[in-house]
Amino acid sequence: MFRYTKSTFAREVVMFLVALLFIVPVYILVNMALRPAGDSSSPLVPPSDPTLANFAEAWQQAGLGSALLNSVIVTVVSVAGIVVVSALAAYPLSRVLSRLSSVLFWIVLAGMMIPFQVALIPLYQTMRDLGLLGTLPSLILFYIGSQVPFSVFLYTGFLRTLERDYEEAAAIDGAGPLRTFVAIVFPLLRPITGTVIILNAIEVWNDFLVPLLYLSGTPQQTITVALYAFVGQFVSNWPVVFAGLLISVVPVLLVYFLMQKQIIKGFAGGLKG
Amino acid sequence: MTATAQHTPSTTDPRRSADRPRRRRYAGVGRAKSMLLFAVPALAIYAFAVVVPSLRGAYLAFTNWDGLSQTSDFIGFDNFVRIFTSESSLDALKMTLVFALAITVLQNGVGLILALGVNSGLKSQNFLRVLLFAPVVITPVVVAFLWKFMLTPNGAVNSVLAGIGLGDVAPSWLGDPFWAAASIVMMVVWQKAGYSMVIYVAGLQSIPQEINEAAVMDGAGTWRKFASITWPLLAPATAICVMLTVIGGLKMFTEVFVLTAGGPGGATETLSTLLYKSAFQFNEFGYGISLALVLALVVGFFSVAQQRLARRGQY
Repeated sequence: MFRYTKSTFAREVVMFLVALLFIVPVYILVNMALRPAGDSSSPLVPPSDPTLANFAEAWQQAGLGSALLNSVIVTVVSVAGIVVVSALAAYPLSRVLSRLSSVLFWIVLAGMMIPFQVALIPLYQTMRDLGLLGTLPSLILFYIGSQVPFSVFLYTGFLRTLERDYEEAAAIDGAGPLRTFVAIVFPLLRPITGTVIILNAIEVWNDFLVPLLYLSGTPQQTITVALYAFVGQFVSNWPVVFAGLLISVVPVLLVYFLMQKQIIKGFAGGLKG
Repeated sequence: MTATAQHTPSTTDPRRSADRPRRRRYAGVGRAKSMLLFAVPALAIYAFAVVVPSLRGAYLAFTNWDGLSQTSDFIGFDNFVRIFTSESSLDALKMTLVFALAITVLQNGVGLILALGVNSGLKSQNFLRVLLFAPVVITPVVVAFLWKFMLTPNGAVNSVLAGIGLGDVAPSWLGDPFWAAASIVMMVVWQKAGYSMVIYVAGLQSIPQEINEAAVMDGAGTWRKFASITWPLLAPATAICVMLTVIGGLKMFTEVFVLTAGGPGGATETLSTLLYKSAFQFNEFGYGISLALVLALVVGFFSVAQQRLARRGQY
């Protein structure tokens, strides 16, 4: 193993400085949000007279409350949908060894290569014809459909490393396929389900293009679109803008710092396949 | 290879031959058929949101559909001729490739250096990893506005430059074509380097300690150890990182749209931003989709090329 030497200490110091440099933009974000309007000192100087007034103003002006709620609804429903349909599909696609099964598997995987912009514009028309444009279900349907390939890919990869013994025991005890899946297989998938939830939640929460297209011109907005419109309006009042930006990232950063171990592991593990 | 098979010697064990018909019985044809029904919800919604619209998109790319009318005319390859003869779309194609290349090289380079740094026996490695990964989870819209502010003439970046006596050489970050593009790359690398870092850390941790110790025993220096052992054994991690950054860089939209909106003067326009503008600002949906199709082909080409190279272990 490593011995802790002087050169290790030097590396430690260097890496600390690098990490500080990395975190400077986040410091500026917080610093600016706390600053009273009209304070024009350098963004790097801590506020002499910190205030929370910007948060109240941003919250009222930008309609962040309803936007945050919309983002939460879209993210939770989409991710739940993604997990259920992808896990359910991955089970037969990795266990049934037939030509049909492998053809279906490859059709699903091909979806990982299609840039979603190709589908986005024709789907816009379909959503309009169905009367879904400007509603949250239009986003949810798109996210579930477009995230199925990647999620099925993660689930099948994990299922292939999983023993079949428990499933066979359940089958011998007379459990049907659905019961076997619900009682045995899905609980065994827990580690990869964590990864699927994290990766998709970040993707859906942060998405900007799809809500920009499908919700534009309606009062329904997600947090990313609400921020975009808000900053456009308040472009000269930076402290209020920054308070709005900070409000929108606090939930994400909070979840991240509470779950950092699982999130970092999930990224590395899920993507290594 | 199942665990039972590993424990039991091959041919003579009666348990093994007894296993076989049992396995076939319980994963029998009827059961297998009904199991495939489980895939129906996923396939249905995937077909609705991706497959059918993509196929329709592939057709609409050959029309002059305006996005509003119920009808459109089939105009053959006109949209594609326009893409490959107009300067603005060729510039957007070029910029898309330049961004993808620069981001792939820099993001993975920085990510690898960070990974080597935090994985070299530091006491604070977990803490450092958490900090360096934090930008990854911040919404790209917020990141882009934050950088837009930092890069204003009196912004944080220039005040730092002025502070160290470089105030005179500070460029007009978002007003100059070259620096606007460089700013986008810098911002993306800052945001996503932690992403590559954690994949590289996972790769580094899968390298058996004995190999490194043996190399040190044989007198290999730091560089030699990296070049002959670490780098080749990181090939799977590199393959994943490159695939993600190439595809991500080619499809990048939010960062460009919010930071520069394609400016100044179209200097940072990419296929993604151009197709958004064509379809939703100029109502040229047919042309917009043909740009999307070109983007799809570019992404497909680089994905396949990358897979081939990765399989041959070229990096």
